[in-house]
Amino acid sequence: MSRPELQAPPEIYYGDTEAKKYTKNTRNQQIQADMTYRALELLNLPPDEPCFLLDIGCGSGLSGEILDEEGYIWAGVDIAPSMLEVALEREVEGDLFLQDIGQGFGFRPGSFDGAISISVLQWLLNAETSHPTSSPPHRLTRFFTTLHSALRNPSRAVFQFYPTSDDQIQLITSIAQKAGFGGGIVVDYPNSKKAKKVFLCLFVGGGGGAQQQIPQGLEGEDDEHARFERRREKLKTKDRSGKRKNIKDRDWILKKKELYRQRGKEGVPRDSKFTGRKRKATF
Amino acid sequence: MVRLVTHNLLACHVKGCTTNNFPLAFQDVQIELQEAEFNPEFVKNLIPRLEWGALADAAKQVGDTSLPPEEPDMMDDDLLQKLHHVLLEIHVIEGAMVCPNCKHVYPISNGIPNMLLAEHEIG
Repeated sequence: MSRPELQAPPEIYYGDTEAKKYTKNTRNQQIQADMTYRALELLNLPPDEPCFLLDIGCGSGLSGEILDEEGYIWAGVDIAPSMLEVALEREVEGDLFLQDIGQGFGFRPGSFDGAISISVLQWLLNAETSHPTSSPPHRLTRFFTTLHSALRNPSRAVFQFYPTSDDQIQLITSIAQKAGFGGGIVVDYPNSKKAKKVFLCLFVGGGGGAQQQIPQGLEGEDDEHARFERRREKLKTKDRSGKRKNIKDRDWILKKKELYRQRGKEGVPRDSKFTGRKRKATF
Repeated sequence: MVRLVTHNLLACHVKGCTTNNFPLAFQDVQIELQEAEFNPEFVKNLIPRLEWGALADAAKQVGDTSLPPEEPDMMDDDLLQKLHHVLLEIHVIEGAMVCPNCKHVYPISNGIPNMLLAEHEIG
């Protein structure tokens, strides 16, 4: 099983069954909730002021529910109709749009007080067709420029995402900067394999001073919460071809035989050029 | 669930459609009223972002004529209440939104507008 974004475009990957499965999974719910709270914290909205937020890739409204709870009014966009259907069933408060964020937004300038996006940006990094407007840099450019204008000055946008490499982070941040955003990457629990989370924290407008400083990532281990998705970890144990690496190779056999000899075990076959060689297929 | 507050912020985003692309006109709409909690602070915050004329027009298109056509100088509680009703309680469930400039139709079904563009329309 490879990363979901490598398997199919989001609107197909999150079909009816996957959308339901994703939303019902309590582990997913916990992870999404934790990340939404953290994203809100990074947004650093003025307290006691009802804000109008944009939830990019709102999906089935797991993050939207938390925005509701916190008293924000919001609008959400997502490309997967099945996910939006689940959101409707769950009766979230926000307005929902079926929209491809890579095609850009049509919102008027200064519409939103902030934007959050949980586990979405990595979906923009794959080209689905060979058309020039389908290339990741083009889609990212369109996305960030239209988002920049849709946000108020000053305001922030916080994206949690799963980059596979530093190159991807580099690509995303450079395009965001070209679109006029300030800010950068915040990494929570950078030393933990499990709890590590990458947030892209973007600022609109300088504002200057302490308010628009890149926030600090959280440090230390945090094992109380499910902050970690198992399916992403599974990947690392396998190589790219999808085949498991054979553990019992020649070296392993030689090591074992040596060990047996040391222990004085009888009848250990001697080493030869045939040791550990693959047998011919018999038919 | 297109509320008029989002409709008022929404312009057409088709490639090259940059002038006269707002407001999108409603077509064959069905509306539903859903009560929402009245939050005067939020409505007040929103006012500078709204295009009053477009909002009054849109309200008229969905059959609500409680708003004056011109932005009033003074905001009293009564007006905020009306504004709250128009902005946050009227939900468009079915119908379409049409761009006044390029005539692109954004269909609304089940409360969700379809904002997807064809390949040649992407900017």
